[in-house]
Amino acid sequence: MRDRKPIQPDPRRRRIITGLGALGASAALTGCDSLSRNDQLQDLLGATDQLTRAAQRLVASRESLAREFDASRIAPTMKPNGTKHPDNPEYQRLAANDFADWRLRIDGLVDRPGEFSLAQLKSMPARTQITRHDCVEGWSCIAQWTGAILADVLDAVQPTAGARFVVFHCADNTYGGPDKYYESLDMVEAYHPQTLLAYGLNGSDLPIENGAPLRLRAERQLGYKMAKYLMHVELVDSFAHIQDGKGGYWEDRGYEWWAGI
Amino acid sequence: MADNSTQTRDNEPHAAAGCSRGRQRAVIKRHGLMTRVWHWVNLVCLVVLLMSGLQIFNAHPALYWGDDSSFDDPALQLTAMRDADGNPMGVTRIGSFSFNTTGVLGLSRRDGDMTQRGFPAWATLPGPQWLAMGRYWHFAAAWVFAPFLFVYLLYSLISTQRRRLIWPTAAQWRCLPKTIADHARLRFHHEADYNGLQKLTYVIVLFGLLPLMVFTGLTMSPTMNAAWPWLLDVFGGRQSARTIHFICAFGLVAFFLIHIVLVLISGVFNNLRSMITGGYKVDTDDTPPSEAKRHA
Repeated sequence: MRDRKPIQPDPRRRRIITGLGALGASAALTGCDSLSRNDQLQDLLGATDQLTRAAQRLVASRESLAREFDASRIAPTMKPNGTKHPDNPEYQRLAANDFADWRLRIDGLVDRPGEFSLAQLKSMPARTQITRHDCVEGWSCIAQWTGAILADVLDAVQPTAGARFVVFHCADNTYGGPDKYYESLDMVEAYHPQTLLAYGLNGSDLPIENGAPLRLRAERQLGYKMAKYLMHVELVDSFAHIQDGKGGYWEDRGYEWWAGI
Repeated sequence: MADNSTQTRDNEPHAAAGCSRGRQRAVIKRHGLMTRVWHWVNLVCLVVLLMSGLQIFNAHPALYWGDDSSFDDPALQLTAMRDADGNPMGVTRIGSFSFNTTGVLGLSRRDGDMTQRGFPAWATLPGPQWLAMGRYWHFAAAWVFAPFLFVYLLYSLISTQRRRLIWPTAAQWRCLPKTIADHARLRFHHEADYNGLQKLTYVIVLFGLLPLMVFTGLTMSPTMNAAWPWLLDVFGGRQSARTIHFICAFGLVAFFLIHIVLVLISGVFNNLRSMITGGYKVDTDDTPPSEAKRHA
């Protein structure tokens, strides 16, 4: 009977409760915007990024695949986002020559650093997949991607035991700013069977607005991870020395490093 | 968590000594500590989740059905355009219908200027357009909300006291039309047990809307799609899940508004106290509330 015992009402309690309620409501309404700019709170909120990553790694196995769709589901146009036409002269020179002089440099913590031409990448075993691209903004678009499997490319350069992240350096200055786009994956996502260095979209060469000549596909992540206009792949044990040190262009601007949600 | 009150509850409650002056009322303990803590934690979580959710929605203020986005044909869209005189106006499109929602949806005032944005700044967390911070708030609150919900739903299934409090009895199902009619006339009975309509509402919210929010939320995560592909089948695709997430969120807003109104007009202090200290004053009349319920 503990839960239904008659108790006495207490007028003091009534006043305290009313007061606390009013205080809480006004603090909640005015405080949230300034709280959002508080560094410690940002760190606390950011800790949930680690939690989400750990939890999702627990439920998703290394091999669990993103859904692949039937060809009839391909969208009329794959909506391009971010940079659509890199305006730096070096990229424009490569594009003018159909990327015949373009080379993907792979170095950092690897035993056999090297450069790959587009033809070399196309001669490797290719994977074609029809997948859904999910933008952090909320929209989705289905397209067919063809490319070299990143795991095969990494096997060719032989990452050292100390390599923890694969960093993708791009040709484009996003929104014409001073910083070049870059992104990073950990080794689990990098070695995932659907992670591609893609050179084909919907059966044709990758168009410039979608990242020609080569872009990343990491199908279990949001779109901002999938760097376009790849120039250089670097294996590192930490990305703290790159730009603002958060592991990517959008990460440096406040977005989560773990883009699985 | 089980208790033995089912056997003893017919002995309860008699008018409490200090508050029985002329009124046939007694104070019983309605809500356990677990329910009270959960209720207030939930309130904070749901407000943060709603407002940060609207912030996230504003990054692409349109909804679709299916796996992907049919950009030319959204199910719902909040946008801005120019009217016949060239003045900007906010427009809400639902299917093929358009509404002028200037000032609230599509186009609203921010720091003195009319700005194109889905939901207005007063409804979003944070106020300015700031998707990254909206996501941090949303996922941090979700990490509190979802585990609490899971534990609380388990508790609601296991605890005999909670089961009795929230699952409608056969008699309450039969009385449902009368209960609805009483509510429509704002005629409230203060009983130890929830009435059938209250129970039905709580069951729908607890075991329907709230879990749907979690699962449709998870369905929007590309990693979760790889881990649990059945989520996509259950909800008909990522964009459908996003739409259901949005509809359920406004279902919860509707619940919240009705809940507040009913709490206010059916004895605000009594209701608030039952959710803070647990104490709830009941009408005793001649019969104990449990008897009254049986003969209702």
